[in-house]
Formats: sequence, structure tokens, C-alpha cells
Amino acid sequence: MRTLFKTLTLAAAIGITATANALTVGFAQVGSESGWRTSFSESVKAEAEKRSITLKFSDAQQKQENQIKAVRSFIAQRVDAILIAPVVETGWQPVLMEAKRARIPVVILDRNVSVTDQSLYLTRIAPDFELEGQRAANWLTEKTEGKCSILELQGTVGSSAAIGRMKGFNETIAKFPETKIVRSQTAEFTRSKGKEVMETMLKAAGGGKDICAVWAHNDEMALGAIQAVREAGLQPGKDILIVSVDAVDDALKAIVAGDINVSVELSPHLGGPAFDVINEFRGGKKDFDKWIKMGGAVFTQENAAEELAKREAK
Amino acid sequence: MNLSKNPNLRRYLWPCAGLLLLLLINAIIAPEFFHIEFKDGRFYGSVIDVLNRAAPVALLAIGMALVIATGGVDLSVGSIMAIAGAASAYYITKGVDNLAIIIGAGLLAGLIAGAINGFLVGYMSIQPIVATLILMVAGRGIAQLMNEGQIVTFDHAGFAFLGTGDFLGLPFPVVLVIITFVIVQLLTRKTALGLYIEAVGANPSASHYMGLNAKAIKMSVYCVAGLCAALAGMIAAADIKGSDANNAGLWLELDAILAVVIGGASLMGGRFSIFLAVIGALIIQTLSVTIILSGIPPKFNLLIKASAIIIVLLMQSPLFQKQLSQLNIWKKKEANHA
Repeated sequence: MRTLFKTLTLAAAIGITATANALTVGFAQVGSESGWRTSFSESVKAEAEKRSITLKFSDAQQKQENQIKAVRSFIAQRVDAILIAPVVETGWQPVLMEAKRARIPVVILDRNVSVTDQSLYLTRIAPDFELEGQRAANWLTEKTEGKCSILELQGTVGSSAAIGRMKGFNETIAKFPETKIVRSQTAEFTRSKGKEVMETMLKAAGGGKDICAVWAHNDEMALGAIQAVREAGLQPGKDILIVSVDAVDDALKAIVAGDINVSVELSPHLGGPAFDVINEFRGGKKDFDKWIKMGGAVFTQENAAEELAKREAK
Repeated sequence: MNLSKNPNLRRYLWPCAGLLLLLLINAIIAPEFFHIEFKDGRFYGSVIDVLNRAAPVALLAIGMALVIATGGVDLSVGSIMAIAGAASAYYITKGVDNLAIIIGAGLLAGLIAGAINGFLVGYMSIQPIVATLILMVAGRGIAQLMNEGQIVTFDHAGFAFLGTGDFLGLPFPVVLVIITFVIVQLLTRKTALGLYIEAVGANPSASHYMGLNAKAIKMSVYCVAGLCAALAGMIAAADIKGSDANNAGLWLELDAILAVVIGGASLMGGRFSIFLAVIGALIIQTLSVTIILSGIPPKFNLLIKASAIIIVLLMQSPLFQKQLSQLNIWKKKEANHA
């Protein structure tokens, strides 16, 4: 029995070396809680297929314990590399040490992990929220020549996306004394709250006649806000500019329709760079930046239709 | 003075006073708060917004008031909202144009969910908090399955009317609340049903010996709560022309329970007032608007909300009133006078 097993493993090993490029990579994804998350998973799968990498995909349904189980099973299956998109930052040390002992490189995608030993993972590939805020602010200040009263819809209080985007945006508009945020409130990243909060804000701001723009920390809130702006008898995209982040499909459609002016992409295409890192590592490179920042493209009325067509073709 | 001594009227006094106080604060920090104009065939203003936005929680609170009166609680109403919204959205995206089918699907989903709760609580004698917790957690999953994990958007003018239409100048959700309120009020106060519900909540064994069918009564209140939640869920979906299984009605069950409690009901069951539950919902919504109008940074939202609600609840507590009245100078004078 044991010899049979040995021959089998040997045969498998030969099989792997025969097709040296056919990597097997395990991917522990958070789940499919939002449209963005789904495109993120799809993009990793598509990228793996393009490079003929065997991808073992695990959906953790928003639970860290499921992710840890998935990573352990990847280690047991002796995959060549592991990608983790963590649910939460903490609690990763033990399982990452197991991966290190098994000499399997780990790449973190999207959210961060907090571990005392930084050598436990190769690198983290993640969007830079501050950069997104800056890009949104740059577009707005350029468009309005630095004169604008803004209503801000914040994301969930304390979330890293809200904090980062707010910081990037505020630092940029601080250079323009006539660009000011007149009212700011959280709408918890949801469409319904975006609409509700915008209704009240518009009324509090005298019907919105002196407001030049709405700055929403994500597309969902922006999509809710444009309905509120329209119901207040104003035209979103013209009377009030709508600036947002994420560039999900619905937002691109709204840009094409002229309701949203700009959305900075929160790039879901983290798969390509992740596989690049793994290949470089296998090629002998040892030392990577601990955070590879992904800056998203800026979509406006000029290029949204093109991107939408590209996405629909997929 | 007789007014404040009549315990029945006093029940109504404090929640209404709380609401008036909040409205007054709003009027002070934002003078345009009470400004209402008639625009495009509908009333338009902050007060109308409060009524409109309070509608989902008010509907939930109407159902919740009945459930709480039987000594139960329904934690699943927020998830039922998501299911009903998803059910309606499912049929719209499948190309069904018949409004009766679309709304019927939502209501049926709510009724089934309520019946499951009612069966578990009434006939299986599972504690309400546990029985409804099942659907609270699983319900959102069911809604996500129906939506295939996405936010489903749709365009259906008839269905959108539920959330954004207007009737006699009032937003349609407000009209729906009024209709639901009148129906439930008639059912519970013009028939013996209300008395039965209170009896089951106040003293289950006594009502059992009186020959009341507690199981059927419990079953029916959870069904009503399910239907109210379904209506609220369809309003929420129609409002944004989309069904968001992750966020529709999220944590609203807690707002609904709070609305009922602010309305002076006891979680132990017994006496209830649908009217006060609706007032409770209005207090919660007015508070949210107050916070937005005040321009206070969002990180203080929850703190302010909590403080205001503690004050409203303290004002209602007989013990607190008694202690307060001992400090009150006028009361002493009055006592001397008498």
C-alpha cells in the first residue's frame, strides 16, 4: 500500500514537473456580499484561466473560520501558492505560520492582516483608498475651478474605506479655499440610506440651489443620492455634480446616462498582479514591497461607455 | 391636572410630549423644518420626509406591537423585509408585469415567514427570541439566494409607486401606514381580538382556562407582523428601485422594538397601543433627521440617539417621575396649596 502511494506521489510529482508552468493556487475569498466582490472573484478566476493556473477557489461566506479551514486544506493539498482576501485583520498568525513551515508563499489581497512577523506573507495587493479620494477631489476641483460647496455622504463610520477616502479627498480640497464640504453625514454605504440622507441634506441646504456637488464614498450611496436630487426637482450630473468611488456596473450606466459625473474605480482586478508576484517569487525574487498599491482608473462621461461595453463582453 | 393623573391619558402624554420636543428642537436648529409647499401635486418639506421615511419602521412597529402584546418578540422582521423585496424583484426581473402578482408574491413571502414564526412560537412553544432568530439569520440568506448575491435593480412604474408615488398629496408609503393602522386598529379594538391578544400576553394560563386559543392567537399576530414587514420591504425596494438583500431592513427589527417600547409597551406582554407604536417610530425618525440637520459629525450619531432615547424612556418611568416630582418646586407649592 505504501509503495503504491509512493509511486502515485512520484507520478504526480513528475506530472507537475512535466508541465512546469501549471501552477496550482488556492484562493480563500471572503464571499460574495457585493457586486464588487463578485467581479473581484471573477477577475481572479479569469486571470488564472488565461495563465493556465489551476485555481482552487473557496468562498468563506464572510466567516474567518471558514477561511482558515480553507487555507489549511490548501496546505494539506500542497498547492504552490495561496491567495487570501481576509475577512478581518486579526487572527491570521497561526495559519500563516503553518503555510510558512510548508514553504508555501502567501499573497494577501484587499483587506490587511495584522501579524507580528511580516515575513509570513510575500506582499499585500490592495487598493489605496486615499489615492481614490485624491483622484475624486482632483477631478472635482479641476471641473469647478476650485469653487464648490459639497455635500458629503460618508461610508460606514470607522471603516477603512471611509477613513481613507475622506482623508485623501479632504487633503486635496484643502488647497482650494473656495472648495468646502458644507454638510457631511454617514449613509452607511447603502443605496436606501444614500437617498434618505440626501433628501434631508438638500432641504437643510436650502433646497440645494447653492450646492455644486455631492461626494459619495461609494457608488451605492451615489445612486441613492441621484434619486433624491431628482425628486428635489434638480438634475443630477448638471445642477449638482455627482462624484463617487467604485465604478460598479450600475454606476457606469448612470455615468453614461449623465446622472453621475465621475466614479473612481476601486479596481477588482487584483488577480493579475497577484500571479505576477507569485511568478517573480518562483523566479527567485525574495523581497517585495509589503503593500502593492492599486490605483483605479477614473471613469467619466468620456470613457464610461467604452468600459461598460468591455465589461459586458466578458 | 386631572389629565396627568389619569393613568390612561398619561400613557399618551409622554411619548407625544417627546415627539413634540424633538420637533421643536428641529424647528430651532433648522427654521425651514416646518416649511411645507405644494409642488408637482404633492406636499414637499422636511415634515413630510419624516413621515415618509418613518413609514417602514411604523409598519414594522404596528406588527411588532401585537407580537409584543402577546409577550413575544419578532427579530426576523428586518430579514422578512429583504425576502419580500427580493420576491417582488424576482418576478419583475422575470418579466412579470401584473402588479397584483408582484405585490402578491411579496405579501405571500411575508405571510409564509410569519406563519413559520407563529408555528414555532405558538404550536412548538419555542421561545420567541429563539424562534424568530432563526429567520432573522436565515432570512437574509434566502433573500440573497433569490437575488443570486447581487443587488437586483428593476424598472416598473407600478411597483415603484409603492415607494415613490403620492396619493392626495401624501407620499404613498404614508398612505399605506394609515390604511394598515386603521385596519389593525379596527380589528383589535372593534372586535374582541385586541382583548384576547392582551389576555394571552398578560396572563397565559388564566386566558387558557378562560378557553382562549392562545396558539391560534400567537400564530395570527406573527402572520400580521410578517405581512407588515413584507409591506415595509416592498416600500424599501420600490423606493430605490432595487432589492438589496444585504442591507434592506438591516437592524430595523431593533428600531421597531424600540418604537413599541418608546410607545410605553411592556416587553412582558399585555396592554398595547398601535397608535403609540407609530408615535415611537416617528420619534426615532425625527431623531435621525435632527442629527442630520444639526450637522454634528456622524461619529456622534449613535451616542445622541442613545441619549435621547434614554431620556424618553426615563420620562415614562413612574419611578423616575416620582423622584423628579419630589425635586419639583411647583409640585410642593401645589401640595401646600391643597
